[in-house]
Amino acid sequence: MGTMAEPGNDAVIRVRDLVVGFAGASGAAPVLDRLSLDVFRGEILGFVGASGAGKSVLMRSIIGLLPKREGLIEVFGVDVGAASESVRRSVERRWGILFQQGALFSALTVLQNVQFPIREYLDLSGRLLDEVALAKLEMVGLSADVRDKYPAELSGGMTKRVALARALALDPEIVFLDEPTSGLDPIGAGEFDELIRTLQHTLGLTVFMVTHDLDSLHTVCDRIAVLAEGRVITAGPIPTLLASEHPWVKSYFRGKRSRVGGARAA
Amino acid sequence: MNGGPLLESANNGDRLALSAAGTWTAERAGELEGLIGRVIARHPKVGGVDIDMGRVERLDTFGAWLLERLLRGLASAGGEATIIGLPEHYRGLVAQACQCNRAATPTPRHNALTATLAVVGRTVGQIGHDIGAVVAMIGALAAALGRAIAHPRTFRLTSMVHQMDRVGWRAVPIVLLITFLIGGILAQQGLFHFRQFGADVYVVDMVGILVLREVGVLMVAIMVAGRSGSSYTAELGSMKMREEIDALRTMGFDPIDVLILPRVLALIIAVPCLTFLGSMAALYGGGLMCWLYGGMSPEVYLSRMQEAISLQDFATGMIKAPFMALVIGVIAGTQGLEVKGSAASLGLKTTDSVVKSIFLVILLDGIFAMFFASIGM
Repeated sequence: MGTMAEPGNDAVIRVRDLVVGFAGASGAAPVLDRLSLDVFRGEILGFVGASGAGKSVLMRSIIGLLPKREGLIEVFGVDVGAASESVRRSVERRWGILFQQGALFSALTVLQNVQFPIREYLDLSGRLLDEVALAKLEMVGLSADVRDKYPAELSGGMTKRVALARALALDPEIVFLDEPTSGLDPIGAGEFDELIRTLQHTLGLTVFMVTHDLDSLHTVCDRIAVLAEGRVITAGPIPTLLASEHPWVKSYFRGKRSRVGGARAA
Repeated sequence: MNGGPLLESANNGDRLALSAAGTWTAERAGELEGLIGRVIARHPKVGGVDIDMGRVERLDTFGAWLLERLLRGLASAGGEATIIGLPEHYRGLVAQACQCNRAATPTPRHNALTATLAVVGRTVGQIGHDIGAVVAMIGALAAALGRAIAHPRTFRLTSMVHQMDRVGWRAVPIVLLITFLIGGILAQQGLFHFRQFGADVYVVDMVGILVLREVGVLMVAIMVAGRSGSSYTAELGSMKMREEIDALRTMGFDPIDVLILPRVLALIIAVPCLTFLGSMAALYGGGLMCWLYGGMSPEVYLSRMQEAISLQDFATGMIKAPFMALVIGVIAGTQGLEVKGSAASLGLKTTDSVVKSIFLVILLDGIFAMFFASIGM
């Protein structure tokens, strides 16, 4: 987790001229077309774009679930596309991912889900394993009673929290969140945003968050990157985006449902 | 990379001074746990303790929790510990760890005897539940069939034809191949042993009667249970997991009408057809083996076959086929609808479906054998 550097010009993720397209449509236009993006240490980056614009595609390319056609993806200064298996593993060990649907292992209990990555990577005593996993559950705001439940028995909000606890199991430096507040009620979503902010602060995390939640963007994100036409069209804090003249950005941040636009309409 | 000691202790007057250094992170958590355990054990009675965290380079949740464990261990030994020199940016983390694991979580005790009895009890309950579910499914299917006969337009003919293609037509090659081989093996074994008594020719009787009455229909039923029963269960189960079945219900459709009746009827039509084809393939395989291995000419095989078997033998096998299809379909449907949310439960129910339908198919075969014997067929 390092020495909690101030959010500065220390890019932990560097994406340059990334091209990603799907096989079978090699002639068709790629989903991501020469996309470049930096994520700096210690910041919460919100990543927005129209549905189907390729937000999840970028996230999945960075974490190595989708192959790239060209371009460079560097995480912690390591070119993950060219790195050897063992180097890749050591990079993977330093990030955690919260999938949109939680992706909890349905055959394992909540506690076992959180312990799973710890058990794989570290050799710890059973007692410490239990205590650390319970501590993680408490950090994401769950009580110890849920420890023996199975994922099928959890509500949507609890599933997200357990998935976050699992993503944080190995104390990663970067967490990727794929629509963390989707499917939560506004109060639950607000609490989840708060939680992300708190954890980011106490654990010194860098957060890469794909989201559609305008409230999340306003309350927790330090910087927002907007994806359109296969590339990042603008990136910066909220005021920068409000000043943007790009039509999609304009309707997104100043439309009826946005804070600014909604207030004006009322 | 960090070879230095993580925790050192020294006596400073009547106070114990602990000084931490290096990386207190997940990688070294195992080592730290041992060190902390030893420090607590070595000082069963302490007064004041100073823990100097100033030289800690990195601290994560694992380290913070172990520090908290050290504090609690010293506190329970009567010590009063104070942390000094903790870098500012780790304060939040340590404070967070302080809140954790406060509530005691009693581990439930297990008594081997009661646990075994509980398992037995649950299994008995499960068997009762299974029987109830199968009976309910048969009843629901009968009601659905009644509705389909009363209003033929509501019946899903397209779906049934599609399922017949899947479980019938597409199963033909594998069924033919396997029953052909089984017929050949039966004939070979018969020839090998009957030859010792010079009773070669009775092999034809044995193959004919065995294949038509038992082997043909049993082999086909077992294969269909493994091939189609499992796929029905998996399909219905994943529809249940994705709430597709609930969606059907809320739109006013009965999943039995829409999903299960066409599948079961498709099986009831397809299994007798497959049984017929399978039996013929087995007789063909037997004949080929008699000719090539036993030196019995095809003419002799056929004329002997004509004498040995009757239409009754053929009917005995064919009558059983639709009932076995019904058993497979009912079990597959029942198990499919019992799938719960998890992937493990889908796997479990699919296995259950195959195991139970094969068991019931064989049981049913035995009941039919007794029935036919008592009516002299």
